[in-house]
Amino acid sequence: MYSFNYHKPSTLEEATGLMAAAEDGTYLSGGMTLIPTLKQRLASPSDVIDLAGIDGLSGIRVNGDTVSVGAMTRHAEVAASDAIPALADLAGRIGDAHVRNRGTLGGSIANSDPAADYPVAVVTLDATVHTTKRTIPGSDFFQGLFETALDDGEIVTSVDFTVPDAAAYEKFPNPASRYAVVGVLVARCGAAIRVGVTGARPCAFRATALEEALVADFSPSALDDGVDIDHSEFNADLHASAEFRAHLVGVLTKRAVARIV
Amino acid sequence: MEVTMTVNGTAHSLGVPDNALLVDVLRERLGLTGTHVGCDTSQCGACVVHMDGAAVKACTVLAGQADGTEVTTIEGIGTPDALHPMQAAFRENHALQCGFCTPGMIMSAIDLVQRSDRLDERTVRAGLEGNLCRCTGYHNIVKAVLAAQESMQEGA
Amino acid sequence: MTSETGIGAAVRRKEDARFITGMGRYTDDVNAAGQTWAVFVRSPHARAKIDGIDTRAAAAADGVVAVFTGADLDADDIGDLPCGWLVKSKDGSDMIVPPHPPLAVDQVNYVGEPYAVVIGETLEAAKNGAEAVVADFEELPAVADLASAASAQQIHQTVPNNQCYDWELGDQAATDAAFEKAHHVTAIDIVNNRLIPNAIEPRAALGEYDAAAGSYTLHTTSQNPHLERLVLAAFVNVAPEARLRVISPDVGGGFGSKIFIYAEETAVIWAAGKVRRPVKWRAERSESFLADAHGRDHVTHAELALDENGTFLALRVNTMANMGAYLSTFASSVPTYLYGTLLAGQYRTPAIHVQVQALFTNTAPVDAYRGAGRPEATYVVERIVETAAREMGIDPAELRRRNFIQPEDFPYETPVALTYDTGDYEASLAKALEHIDYAGFAARRAVSQANGKRRGIGFSCYIEACGLAPSQVAISLGAGVGLFEAGEVRVDVTGSVTVTTGSHSHGQGHETTFAQIVSDQLGIPFENVTVLHGDTGRSDYALGTYGSRSLAVGGSAIVKATDKIIAKGRKIAAHMLEAQEEQVEFEDGCFNVADSNQALTFAEVAFAAYVPANYPLEDLEPGLSEKAFYDPPNFTYPAGTHICELEVDPETGVVDIDRFVAVDDFGHIVNPMIVEGQVHGGLAQGIGQALLEHGVYDPSGQLLSGSYMDYAMPRADDLPSFTVDTTVTPCTHNPLGVKGCGEAGAIGSTAAVMNAITDALGVASVSMPATPETVWRAMRRE
Repeated sequence: MYSFNYHKPSTLEEATGLMAAAEDGTYLSGGMTLIPTLKQRLASPSDVIDLAGIDGLSGIRVNGDTVSVGAMTRHAEVAASDAIPALADLAGRIGDAHVRNRGTLGGSIANSDPAADYPVAVVTLDATVHTTKRTIPGSDFFQGLFETALDDGEIVTSVDFTVPDAAAYEKFPNPASRYAVVGVLVARCGAAIRVGVTGARPCAFRATALEEALVADFSPSALDDGVDIDHSEFNADLHASAEFRAHLVGVLTKRAVARIV
Repeated sequence: MEVTMTVNGTAHSLGVPDNALLVDVLRERLGLTGTHVGCDTSQCGACVVHMDGAAVKACTVLAGQADGTEVTTIEGIGTPDALHPMQAAFRENHALQCGFCTPGMIMSAIDLVQRSDRLDERTVRAGLEGNLCRCTGYHNIVKAVLAAQESMQEGA
Repeated sequence: MTSETGIGAAVRRKEDARFITGMGRYTDDVNAAGQTWAVFVRSPHARAKIDGIDTRAAAAADGVVAVFTGADLDADDIGDLPCGWLVKSKDGSDMIVPPHPPLAVDQVNYVGEPYAVVIGETLEAAKNGAEAVVADFEELPAVADLASAASAQQIHQTVPNNQCYDWELGDQAATDAAFEKAHHVTAIDIVNNRLIPNAIEPRAALGEYDAAAGSYTLHTTSQNPHLERLVLAAFVNVAPEARLRVISPDVGGGFGSKIFIYAEETAVIWAAGKVRRPVKWRAERSESFLADAHGRDHVTHAELALDENGTFLALRVNTMANMGAYLSTFASSVPTYLYGTLLAGQYRTPAIHVQVQALFTNTAPVDAYRGAGRPEATYVVERIVETAAREMGIDPAELRRRNFIQPEDFPYETPVALTYDTGDYEASLAKALEHIDYAGFAARRAVSQANGKRRGIGFSCYIEACGLAPSQVAISLGAGVGLFEAGEVRVDVTGSVTVTTGSHSHGQGHETTFAQIVSDQLGIPFENVTVLHGDTGRSDYALGTYGSRSLAVGGSAIVKATDKIIAKGRKIAAHMLEAQEEQVEFEDGCFNVADSNQALTFAEVAFAAYVPANYPLEDLEPGLSEKAFYDPPNFTYPAGTHICELEVDPETGVVDIDRFVAVDDFGHIVNPMIVEGQVHGGLAQGIGQALLEHGVYDPSGQLLSGSYMDYAMPRADDLPSFTVDTTVTPCTHNPLGVKGCGEAGAIGSTAAVMNAITDALGVASVSMPATPETVWRAMRRE
């Protein structure tokens, strides 16, 4: 690791102030991505600003059909919550037990790793991302590979998820890293069907063609004839080609639907 | 910077570099070399310790993040004369060979049993996904965790 | 004597007490006052000419103690890293050994090859220094792919066509003639995927120089510290053998990868002398991926000729073996004498011819990894036998049975230069079929099908040659070292015993197994035996641990030493009891005079040996300490049957192993608990090769699977629990009747898994590793 100055502010104002003053600062939430990156000298921030000392950023609050999850809430806490079972299931499948004891919702979505699990919940569960500056609709939050709508210095404080009538998450884990090769979250809210996909493209997205097919007939067999999944912009790596990822999107969507109906 | 932590029941106040990792503090400052480092991508789990009661990978925690916490390492759970039930089960079931992954595996397994109602073979295997062992094929580790579950829950 | 701690008992391990309490002492746990840290500067290119290395900025960086390059080693006459086994090509010429300097001088030939080392006051200072080293590289075209290596640009000036050797074994004319008469010929093309060993403890070293004595001490993660010392002294010229001590303390797994003499350990011990301070190095995992010797990496075409009854007539095998960029310590022996010689398998195939072309590529060196050549041979034989059975419509178990070497055939001389001493292959097959419930397979398959899954079963009847090795044979075939083992048994004054052995333990449990043997032999309590290993300063020159040899060779040396202890004890007892030596018997730890009630305990005799008050000094030296060297007359031949039964999810290509049975014949067993553990670990590695693990370079020679983010290690939930059992035909030529168990799991299992997958899918072949996408594509090809 290169040397850096470590800070643990106790308020958001202090944190953003430290960031503004830093030559090249970075926020630290759970550190599950940042610390390995620092260890391998792939980043050299001048200042690391740990958000763990700030009160009020952690916890799960249910308000009607909205579940608000604090940005510093650890995955393990979400996994143990019964507010949205599919979200708990998703959180319980991130990384491993140790990662879930440290990693946070805010850290995960601010990083926008293409293979992370949480982003698919943000795009699928009609989410609103609260930050130190504003609120951002979940559908606008992810902008590309490791890119989000966040401005420099802006901190995610919480995410509001809308409780669906029913939802299910299906994940095809990378055999090495256990990140998602493909993850599909299907949610039914009244007549609306949402199908979110992670792992397949540079960032999480909604698969509208699948949604349309399922609106017409919400059953696994609705996808039997194969909905065309355009994989021209899909990721490809050692573990799965774009074509195989597209195939998995179809299979996992059917399985998620089957769990709901 | 100055960090304060209680390790295996003993309070320590240490001056460390801002970029120090918890695992380096344990191994190099406190001489607790039972916590091992087997990778650089937070996968292998040889460095697992308990921090405020939760299992964490000490190679992926900055010393500053551990400030004010209570840390338990493999050295803090039992001695050769008074083994923790998980340690005893590992020995009894031959759940270790070279011993390098063992401290992290035992710390993970204790955490797994403590936060689970009732484990079976499948849930033990799933629960150990954050720890790599290259020697045992996990067969005897799974046996040991299931055996320790019995003695830990009896003792509880 | 049978006891709870003797031979045959599942004694809990002595070494565990320290490992489960965090008190193990591994190399990285050892530190020296005033130590510095070494960081290696590694090539980012697969192949490049080095036009210059500028170390000035690095040397001037904060906390940097020294910066060394290959030129500095050269100036000190530090030699190349040698290869210890000379293989000859079929035209009689010697294999070509390209220069292998510990730090690259003129050219780098694989990504991760070290070309400089920075010594810093701290690890961070050394890392900063390493980043400041500037090399002027002129990139050159590289070849990473084995199949293209022979026609690619020449890597080493001295090696035309990148060919190290072109070796053959067996009778080509007889083989060709048998193919002429064949009723059926089965042909397969297979790739044995490259693996990266990944012992969980990364390599590490601490080099110290004692200026007063002019001597060096190297703590390192070696499976064979004596060999490390020999090579560093005699070949690399770091220090004279007598003034170099190599200590391997607790070592966190090896699997072959810690046999070899590497650049890093060499540079560390040399640099300690240069900077006159201790130098420490520990590999980060990313360095282990780049710079530990890799395993396997063969491309093979094989053909099996059969008559109308399915009797094997001949086997023809053509293999390309990837050596990587340089010859690692034993690389040349792996695809030849540890591979070609095993192609008879368990079968009476009368004619076999094998040809192996060893090629250089711009990849990390490839050398022995658990099984070393024998898994590759088993994969060829058991894939082709299974394929032949399917092609001819013969039950795969039955086809094997028809061709097994029978118990009455032993000793059996194979057409590929080995003489199997004993075995009973049908016995292991029968037991394995029973455990897997072969009779119930069809019903289980139907149930799977009803659930939308495809179920398959696959066999592998493997054999291995281990207990390496008769020195005379090995040396005649090109080995540069003897392959005996040493053991010493020192009886203490009070009758406790200290055993030293050259067989290093890095997970195998020698401290327990060897104590069981000595306790049994001498009739003394298990607790009274202490086994020491891993230090050239306190045991005789010996060869270390590899090739499942510790018990068969190292254990036999200890038995020889205890025999000498007993022989001397009888002399002492005879004198003390005023009897004839021939009248003294040794039983259950007591020296008795036949037909009398006169007896002395082992402790009483030991005491007399060291307190020689009334002692035959004129006939016998005081003391009771004996050493022995054991050189085996033959290899040992563990063999067995592995059967895998699995389900494939046709939608995702995911393979789920439902049950796995391994029935192995290891001869007599000293500690069944430890033996089972060895099998389990080997199975995980063999199954890992089949389903998960793959060392992948891109065409430009960059390692794509260079961390645990991309190299899929088997985890607990990737594997089933195993059913493990044994049959016993004792080895005929060592005193314990043991064969060795360390590699069998990794040798037999891979073919069983792949045979089961191809059975489930109904396809001829699936490449390894059988990842979900690979399986999915194989189904779509149907």
